[in-house]
Amino acid sequence: MPIKRKPNLSATIALLPTWFVAVVVFIGTMGWSIRLSFTNSTLFPSSTYVGFAQYSKLFSSAKWLASLQNVLIFGVLYVAGCLLLGFLLAAALDRKIRFESAFRTIFLYPYAMSFVVTGLIWQWMLNPTLGIQASVGSLGWESFVLDWVVNRDMAIYALVLAGVWQGAGLVMVIALAGMRGIEAEQWKAARIDGIPVWRIYVSIVLPQLGPALAAAGMLLAMGVIKTYDIVVAMTNGGPGNATEVPAKFIMDNLFGRQNLGLATAGATVLVLGVIIAVAPFRYAMHMRDRAKGPA
Amino acid sequence: MAGPHPNGPKPAQITAGRIGLYAFLVVAALFFLLPLYTMVVTSLKSMDEIRLGQIFALPATLDFSAWVTAWSGACMGTVCVGIRSGFWNSVAITLPAVALSVFIGAVNGYALSLWRPRGANLLFGLLMAGGLIPYQIFLYPMVRVMANVELYNSLAGIILVHVIFGLPLVTLLFRNYFVSVPEELCKAARVDGAGFWRIFFEIMLPIAVPMVVVVSMLQFTGIWNDFLLGLVFAGRDNLPMTVQLNNIVNTTMGERTYNVNMAATILTAVVPLAIYFLSGRWFVRGIAAGAVKG
Repeated sequence: MPIKRKPNLSATIALLPTWFVAVVVFIGTMGWSIRLSFTNSTLFPSSTYVGFAQYSKLFSSAKWLASLQNVLIFGVLYVAGCLLLGFLLAAALDRKIRFESAFRTIFLYPYAMSFVVTGLIWQWMLNPTLGIQASVGSLGWESFVLDWVVNRDMAIYALVLAGVWQGAGLVMVIALAGMRGIEAEQWKAARIDGIPVWRIYVSIVLPQLGPALAAAGMLLAMGVIKTYDIVVAMTNGGPGNATEVPAKFIMDNLFGRQNLGLATAGATVLVLGVIIAVAPFRYAMHMRDRAKGPA
Repeated sequence: MAGPHPNGPKPAQITAGRIGLYAFLVVAALFFLLPLYTMVVTSLKSMDEIRLGQIFALPATLDFSAWVTAWSGACMGTVCVGIRSGFWNSVAITLPAVALSVFIGAVNGYALSLWRPRGANLLFGLLMAGGLIPYQIFLYPMVRVMANVELYNSLAGIILVHVIFGLPLVTLLFRNYFVSVPEELCKAARVDGAGFWRIFFEIMLPIAVPMVVVVSMLQFTGIWNDFLLGLVFAGRDNLPMTVQLNNIVNTTMGERTYNVNMAATILTAVVPLAIYFLSGRWFVRGIAAGAVKG
């Protein structure tokens, strides 16, 4: 039972700037953008209502469809890759390893760097004429090919590689913290029963890490929808439309092509996508909290 | 984060499993270190050496000229002044934005959790929703509004934008922190006649110092590493380092000067990396706090 308080004027005033941000900036500008998506605005906003015309134009654009497909492939592989590699690294570090903190430092440092830096580093590593491919080739393995950033079919996987390099450490940190929280008794019991170590990690440790890993996965997934910097730095959407992503499509139409109506329609679709993706989680958490009763 | 109690059996004698384990860790460490190594050695080479296509080879001689060029002579389009101005722009943007957002976030978290004025839950819900939604939907109207109040393309404007977009995460972290503070502390102070601000400054802020450190670090690296907001709102004279770096690398005419590009990249990454290496556990705790509770 929360204690009843008399409303405090200072507390209300202190929150006013935040109310302003939430209502005017977040809700207000979103409403404005959504309204623009139903008009024929180009360089300047227009108030001519055109219904869903921008949306049908959007979904008949090959570039937009390619960007949706790309972000889906990138998102699934990036989140799965980070979760898998991060969990494996954490499990390995959990085995009483020498130099544990050195390894931990090495696995996490990329997370401190920006996506622009990450994109540029991997662009150079994967550059076929000067990067890894040339280096391996000059060692005598002439047929070795690692030209992902300039290869239409592989460019999206180059982004995944760079993304996993940057983000796996985050999962490792979260998973390792979770593993250290598991009681020693559970380990003892499982060892006495003769269960192999890998089974303990899969059947006992992994389920207990579920909520923490889900949180990490959510965090990474939120980043996926915003994916922009790494694409601009690494491939700029190319070759062709191979690495075009919705966030970049919107930015290009908003500021480059002066196509306001189309850009805001794209942004609205993204927001809907987020709501559809997040709603089930929020609902599940809400129901769980209700089941637990008031905290 | 992790306590000093690794799980699993005592280190056994050398077994095939242990060797496999270390092999995995060493290979993984090489994967994570390779890009950093490549950047450093390439930044120290001459272009003639780079053209040989041996990116893993050590430089023949140590040549720091690429670093000097990156800092003070590299070209962005037709302007060749190096990344130096971007560095100072990033400092000028990041420091006030971090200070302001952490302060407002701390006040928010304190007010929302310990005072719960009318509408507190609604406000918190709106903020969290705002934090989830992609920036792209806010951008155009914000540009228009900022232009109308003459903050567009200004230092104050980009700082304000960072404070606004930082509010959800910062408020969330402080709210979660203050929720665990015993309510009695606040009540006792009120009985003694202390008001909202006095309790905040004299009791709650000192208690929250660890969280202030963690949140400041998260915000610092986040704002320093930002690209999109700086690109849209900062204006030509205030472009942060990340935007200038991308301009240097991706708009150079003629042959790409990889040594200069890599030196510029390292310079851009060096501040967040320094924070990571120097703050160690604090950084890890900040990530865990921001991630698990987000």
